[in-house]
Amino acid sequence: MKTHGTVARLHGMLESRKISCTELTKVYLSAVGRDNAALNAYVKTTPETALETARRVDEKIAAGQPLAPLEGIPMTLKDNISTKGIETTCCSRMLRGYVPIYDATVWKILKGQNAVLLGKTNMDEFAMGSTCENSCFGGAGNPRDPGRVAGGSSGGVAAAVVGNLAAYGLGSDTGGSIREPASFCGAVGFKPTYGAVSRYGLVAFASSFDQIGPIAQSVEDAALVYDAVARRDPMDPTSSGSRGAVSPALGKDVRGLKIGIPKEYFDEIRSDVAQALQKAAGVWRSLGAEFVELSMPSVKLGLPIYYILACAEASSNLGRYDGIRYGYCTPHYADRDEMVCRTRSEGFGREVKRRILLGTYVLSAGYYDAYYKKAQNLRGAVVRTFDRAFGECDLMMTPTVPVTAFKKGRKTEDPVENYQTDICTVPINIAGLPAVSLPCGAGKDGLPVGMQLIGPRFSETALLNAAFQYEQAAGEAPYRVDGMGVRL
Amino acid sequence: MKYELVCGLETHVELATKTKIFCSCPNVFGGEPNTHCCPVCIGLPGTLPTLNRTAVEYAVMAGLATNCKICPISKMDRKNYVYPDLPKAYQISQYDMPLCRDGWVGLSDGRKVRLTRIHIEEDAGKLIHQRGSTLIDYNRGGVPLIEIVSEPDIRSVDEAIEYVEKLQMIMRYLGVSDCRMEEGSLRCDVNVSVRPQGSETLGTRTEIKNMNSFSHMTKALQYEMDRQIDLLESGEPVVQETRRYDEKTGCTEGMRGKENAHDYRYFREPDLVTIRVTEEMLAAVRAKMPEDPQKRLARFTAGYGLPEAEARLLIEHRRIADYFEAAAKGLRSPRSVANCITGPIFARLPDEPAKDAFRVAVPPEGLNALLRLVEAGKLRGNLAKSTLEKMLDTGKPASAFLSQKDLEGIGAQELKKLCGQAVRQNPDAAKDYLGGKEKALKALVGAVMKATRGRADPQQAQKLLKELLRQ
Repeated sequence: MKTHGTVARLHGMLESRKISCTELTKVYLSAVGRDNAALNAYVKTTPETALETARRVDEKIAAGQPLAPLEGIPMTLKDNISTKGIETTCCSRMLRGYVPIYDATVWKILKGQNAVLLGKTNMDEFAMGSTCENSCFGGAGNPRDPGRVAGGSSGGVAAAVVGNLAAYGLGSDTGGSIREPASFCGAVGFKPTYGAVSRYGLVAFASSFDQIGPIAQSVEDAALVYDAVARRDPMDPTSSGSRGAVSPALGKDVRGLKIGIPKEYFDEIRSDVAQALQKAAGVWRSLGAEFVELSMPSVKLGLPIYYILACAEASSNLGRYDGIRYGYCTPHYADRDEMVCRTRSEGFGREVKRRILLGTYVLSAGYYDAYYKKAQNLRGAVVRTFDRAFGECDLMMTPTVPVTAFKKGRKTEDPVENYQTDICTVPINIAGLPAVSLPCGAGKDGLPVGMQLIGPRFSETALLNAAFQYEQAAGEAPYRVDGMGVRL
Repeated sequence: MKYELVCGLETHVELATKTKIFCSCPNVFGGEPNTHCCPVCIGLPGTLPTLNRTAVEYAVMAGLATNCKICPISKMDRKNYVYPDLPKAYQISQYDMPLCRDGWVGLSDGRKVRLTRIHIEEDAGKLIHQRGSTLIDYNRGGVPLIEIVSEPDIRSVDEAIEYVEKLQMIMRYLGVSDCRMEEGSLRCDVNVSVRPQGSETLGTRTEIKNMNSFSHMTKALQYEMDRQIDLLESGEPVVQETRRYDEKTGCTEGMRGKENAHDYRYFREPDLVTIRVTEEMLAAVRAKMPEDPQKRLARFTAGYGLPEAEARLLIEHRRIADYFEAAAKGLRSPRSVANCITGPIFARLPDEPAKDAFRVAVPPEGLNALLRLVEAGKLRGNLAKSTLEKMLDTGKPASAFLSQKDLEGIGAQELKKLCGQAVRQNPDAAKDYLGGKEKALKALVGAVMKATRGRADPQQAQKLLKELLRQ
């Protein structure tokens, strides 16, 4: 068995006193100090709070108290999750220096379980992007090949986890921002059903799409983290919590499982990615699963629906950054209007401005019906299409991304071409479904290919159980790069 | 040509819930700037609203009391605009699916002002301009509001005022708002147009923003009406615009700028779920609602036998009417309770807010006990009156001021004796009375009262004195 830093293994090491939590934390902190320069996964480290938490955990261990599954495990948060007293920038110039006065619900929960926060990780500015390159701190590198992008927007979390600079991390997924970097870096990225995890404290990009979820080295770890954070939160009226703990249910036989293959998802994907998925199909068959071919033409409308609605919500959500109360404020202005205007012009990056303008446009009088309203109606149609499809299958399998991680700086100036990267992931957010991306072999370039499994709403247990069974059969987990980050 | 006013109002009423509409901050007027704030109501990144159920209930009450249909399904929307008092850059309001629709408010002349809708929304903060800089106080940000939108059914300045007074009374009665214009818990935007009398078409309207007192509203409406008539008379068009009333000049003036060109880009608030008002919730709200003031007025005049003017004084404030009913319980003459309230009690309540708060040292049971003594003939009216004054001043019960002897009254024999004494001791007064000076009798009654320390019945004493003197 490979040496690795999965949550389950680290928990065992702490409980059996093979290593103290303080030592473990120091090992991670020094690995971050050494290797982060190459990956740029962390944009901020928090050694003091990490060591303070570790000390508390060591006291518990010394007192012979049992540890919760995530207790004392070094982890990270995407930099759009509000952390009291710790700068939360969304990797935007607009929020540099902004220190929240409250904790996001997910962090409140994990803090309560003595999770050891090593720091905050890199992302595309306000979670808008698929490469992590739209970050005011510069993009994160891919641990599999640091000349390539980590993916986005939660690129920093994926790079930290695969590069052994954190056992797991929480990211956010609005149109694929957890699954896509997990696919590019070769990790498990899980986007739960909309509402399963509280959004309170997640800096909003597109409120009706945003969802927090884990990126981890194994399906089991992702399930443990999900179980810890999924609960109904009175602070988030759209939250509904989980339908029961997932991790204890892992390991159930998947014989007879019906996996739907929506053919439209395979139209525009690279041939080596398709081949990797075909190989994966063999693993599924060996497990006794069956395949059903589906046709879901309306998912082709995913990109326009998503970019209209998500940008509309973003244009409203990002209106509050005016330089008056917190964050960046331009030093040069004559009056209030000019202050707000210059602050926003200077504080936001190109992609964020593009989406604010697009979103403002589609909501404007005279265009609302043609864009926003039409997209809203079509959103309903996509939801119904998925509902119908799940009448014929238990879950669906698609590639997560049509390609593998591309070289840094490859991004073209044509935003529509860049948005194509999200073609397989956005329909899931449109419908609010749970989906997990897990590695399934490699492309021609040797880079990881991600398989996306999609389930009906609140089917987390069945979905992650299937992913777990595949992972066991394929034998590629834990997903990490040897010789990088911590050595345990 | 004779013109008539056509006017409709948008009335904002702050709801008197304990907490704000989307967070648990206290909903109180004033306070040190920015002390009733939290991450949610100052819109910090990542925060989410949670809808206050009581605010919905209060709005439903307001809707029921104004004859509205309550929509079983409604939703919240975002109204996007940039202003420093609005920390999220959008106001959470209701756009195309308001909570209440199609109501009306009756005026005294029998006409009805139709209500288009009532919706719920959040209030914004306040800007404080001070020595060349602008400060922001977010205490008011997130205070729950209802906006009551009327149809253009108002035809005179007096009707406009009556309509707002009516709303004020209804909302105060329900206890959903204190409706203090001077504190901004009731504010009006008034839409004004004029047309030749008899015409059925609507003229071009202007909107006067933020009327915060009845006197300003009267003056602003009158001015704006005259201004529009002058324009029409001289063949000039009325320009559709938003106007502001200047208290110093007594004029309205156009608010130039972007206000008229706003595109609020309304869309559904994705952070909040659909508002469902079930039949059960409606029944529960109805059960909590106080009696309709109109019905109560009828009951006060017919049931308690109060003159209408007096009944109105009691009805106007719910706490006063409740006090009256509690104090009148079991009394033969409820009017005596009304007299105590409109007399000595009102004398201690200097203004409308004091009447509305109605803090009285004597509980209704205390007043009831005192008046029962009078009805039982144990206590004379004038002694009761002075005792009530003492009770109101000290908060002590009647027993603190009345001895056993006070309550025994004066026997007929004894009174006759005392009257004779008074005549003997005041021969001048007796002579004056017999000489035709009716007033002189008063001095004699006074002497009897003095001798009994007020325990005697002055009417009876007067009768006995007259008999004595005629002999």
